[in-house]
Amino acid sequence: MIGLNHYLAVAAILFTIGVLGIFLNRRNVILLLMAIELILLAVNINLVAFSAYLGDLTGQVLAMFVLTVAAAEAAIGLAILVIFFRRRGSIAVDDVNRMHG
Amino acid sequence: MIGAIAFYLFATLTIAPAIAVIFARNPVHSVLWLIVAFFNAAGLMLLVGAEFIAMLVVIVYVGAVAVLFLFVVMMLDIDFASLRSGFTRNLPFGVIIALVLLAEIVIALSAWEAGPALSGREIPAAKIPNIVALGQLLYSRYLFAFELAGLILLVAMVGAIVLTHRRRGDLRTPRAWKQNRRRPHQAIKMIDPGVGEGMKL
Repeated sequence: MIGLNHYLAVAAILFTIGVLGIFLNRRNVILLLMAIELILLAVNINLVAFSAYLGDLTGQVLAMFVLTVAAAEAAIGLAILVIFFRRRGSIAVDDVNRMHG
Repeated sequence: MIGAIAFYLFATLTIAPAIAVIFARNPVHSVLWLIVAFFNAAGLMLLVGAEFIAMLVVIVYVGAVAVLFLFVVMMLDIDFASLRSGFTRNLPFGVIIALVLLAEIVIALSAWEAGPALSGREIPAAKIPNIVALGQLLYSRYLFAFELAGLILLVAMVGAIVLTHRRRGDLRTPRAWKQNRRRPHQAIKMIDPGVGEGMKL
C-alpha cells in the first residue's frame, strides 16, 4: 500500500534533480529558474502529502502560498532576464558581476 | 491496487521528465518536459485527495508559469549552445553533490519513525469536499495570509511591468490627452465668404 514514505521519496528525488539542475546549468538562467520551479514542486508534494496523511488542511494552504510565491518569482526572474538580455545581448550569468556599482 | 499502479505511474512520469528538463539540449524541449512533470505532479496530488491544489498546479504552473517560460525562450534570440559550455565540466561535481544530498534525505527518511499519528496510516476520509474545507480555512483563519499572497502577486505584476516597460523613440502613438482637450471652437472656423471673393486659407 502506498504510504507517506512513498510520497516523501518522490519529493526527495525531485528535489535532488532540481539541485543537480542548478549545478549543471550554472550559465543558463532560464534552466536555473526551471530547476527552482522543480524544487518548489517537490516542496509542494511534500506539503500536500503530509497534509493529507495528517488530515490537517494547513499544509495545503501553505502549498498554495508556495505556489503563489513561485509564480511571482518566475515572473520577476524572467522580467529581469529580459532586460538583462536587452542590455547585454546574452544571458550568460558568469559575467553578471559586472553589474556591481 | 489501482491506487498503487496510479501512484507509480504518476511518480515515474514526474521524475523522468524532470531529469529530461535538466538534460535537454533545447530549452523549448525543457519547458515542454516541465509541463509533463507538472501535470503528473498534479496527478500525485489528486491521489492523496488534494483536488484544489492539484487543479491549482495545473492552472498556475502549466497555464501561467510554463507558458511564460515558453514565451521568454522563444522571444529572446539566445545562443544556447554556448551556454552549455560548462555542462560537462560541472557534471561530476554536480552529480556528487546531488548523490550526497539524496543519500542524506533517504537516510533521514528511513531513520524517521513516524509518530502514532502517522505510522502506517491510510489517508483519513474527508467529511466535506476538499475545496469547501480549504475555502473555509482560507477565508477565516488564514485570511490575512491570503490577502498578503494577493499583495505579493500585485507587487510581482507591477514589478514585472515596470522592469520590462520601455519608451520607444520611433513610435508615433496618439496623444489622447491632447485630443481630448481639443474643443470644437479650436478645430472649426465658421466663415462667410462674399460672392466672387473666393476662399482664403
